[in-house]
Amino acid sequence: MEESRQKLIGENGLRIDGRKPDELRPIRMEVGLLANADGSAYIEQGKSKIIVAVYGPREVHPKHLGLSDRAIVRCRYHMAPFSTQERKSPAPSRREIELSKIIREAFEPVIFSEYYPRSMIDIFIEVLQSDGGTRCAGITAASLALADAGIPLRDLVASCAVGKVEGCLIVDLNDEEDKEGEADMPVAYIPALDTVSLLQMDGQLTEEEFVEALKMAKEACMRIYQMQKQALKQKYVEAKEAVEEQE
Amino acid sequence: MSITPQTEPLTKIKSKQMIEFLKLGKRLDGRSLTEYRDVKIEAGVIGKAEGSAQVSLGNTRVLVGIKVETGPPYSDTPNMGVLTVNAELLPLAHEIFEPGPPDENSIELARVVDRSLRESKALDLESLIIIPGKLAYVVFVDIYILNHDGNLFDASEYAAISGLMNAKLPVVEVEGEEGKPTGDFKELPVRDCPVSITIAKIDEALLVDPTLEEETMATAKITITTTKDGKICAIQKSGGGTFTFEEIMEAQKIARSKAAEVRSLIPGWRG
Repeated sequence: MEESRQKLIGENGLRIDGRKPDELRPIRMEVGLLANADGSAYIEQGKSKIIVAVYGPREVHPKHLGLSDRAIVRCRYHMAPFSTQERKSPAPSRREIELSKIIREAFEPVIFSEYYPRSMIDIFIEVLQSDGGTRCAGITAASLALADAGIPLRDLVASCAVGKVEGCLIVDLNDEEDKEGEADMPVAYIPALDTVSLLQMDGQLTEEEFVEALKMAKEACMRIYQMQKQALKQKYVEAKEAVEEQE
Repeated sequence: MSITPQTEPLTKIKSKQMIEFLKLGKRLDGRSLTEYRDVKIEAGVIGKAEGSAQVSLGNTRVLVGIKVETGPPYSDTPNMGVLTVNAELLPLAHEIFEPGPPDENSIELARVVDRSLRESKALDLESLIIIPGKLAYVVFVDIYILNHDGNLFDASEYAAISGLMNAKLPVVEVEGEEGKPTGDFKELPVRDCPVSITIAKIDEALLVDPTLEEETMATAKITITTTKDGKICAIQKSGGGTFTFEEIMEAQKIARSKAAEVRSLIPGWRG
């Protein structure tokens, strides 16, 4: 069994899907695809597919949850029952409850919530297909949805995981690399503040590996950040082209 | 769904004083920034449990009970025993805790402790299989918060690992596909001693083992668990603030050195 298992890093130094250690999966982002939401975004990162909607700022319901000096942020990270190999129960799992909390905390520092007292901003992240890195891709897409909703942000949040497989540090793990690998460290980064708003780790890393992994995470997040800005602009380029065509 | 919590702020005079103290590298209770409160660990406090430990960290008090049963292993790990961690933020521990099903805070607490135990491979799960694919030992770690004065992550983690080191495994006799306890006990196979260190950020200051008052003032916390060899095996940043890369590096260094100190206090750990 052990012998027949496919090696995660080939002899040529490439990963099972042919990527170099510091190479991201193909990423496609789309902004403003849902008609009802105030802001929305969709991301495909490798085989992971996630859709995010943002509602708000809107009235708090029930009212007593509101804060008199700022808006509250509500966040739900949820996986569709059909997003995984085995059907996932639609009821929120303990993992989803924890992730909803830390994703909310990753966004609190960038939202100018003090502009909207007694109101709330809702972030709904739905994982439609899961192939590793869904909390990070979810954060990347949720940033776009918040921006699309016109909510004032200090910056976009870009997110990517770094991990270790077979002794080699790699970025943007897919599901197999996450499950079989020796470590997984999701990071969310705010370029304008040069700070980290989400950091988790499981597995085992030495001090040197940890330092290197953080560096790789920052670089990967910066590449995702450029793509995010491009995706936001693209929506308006398309709108402009549509208008010009009509004229 | 996770919602921005309503937190009762500290009085202005107290928060001002705390900030002024921190600027001088001091804290309201007289500790230095890298000093833990008194760590007291008592193992074997619940006779009916296979293992148990009570930890006090200043006024924070946590009780952990370990129960061991037999049951089917997980289908994706048919050759391993099962480890389950659960945490209860008891209403008797603080006025802010309410009875009811576990909320996001108790789930996060349980999952952070679970990660420390699991990722350090402290418990040798491979030796806890009885019949591969059919029958395994199931180790329940139940965290009971008795008094909340901050830093529940660390107090719970110390109680959990101390409880595991204190635990006895009921020997079972295999009859067909069932396990029957023989009445004998052996030691639970614990081969590492993960120690988590929590560092809070208030203003620009980083301080270890925050009290509840300090947690109220902190913008963010980071919990870093290291193994006996000094490898990092779990990290959790929590709270709605951020850390710079320099602060993360600093926190990681503090965690490494403080963990060695705390590890020497874990009863039953013989390096």
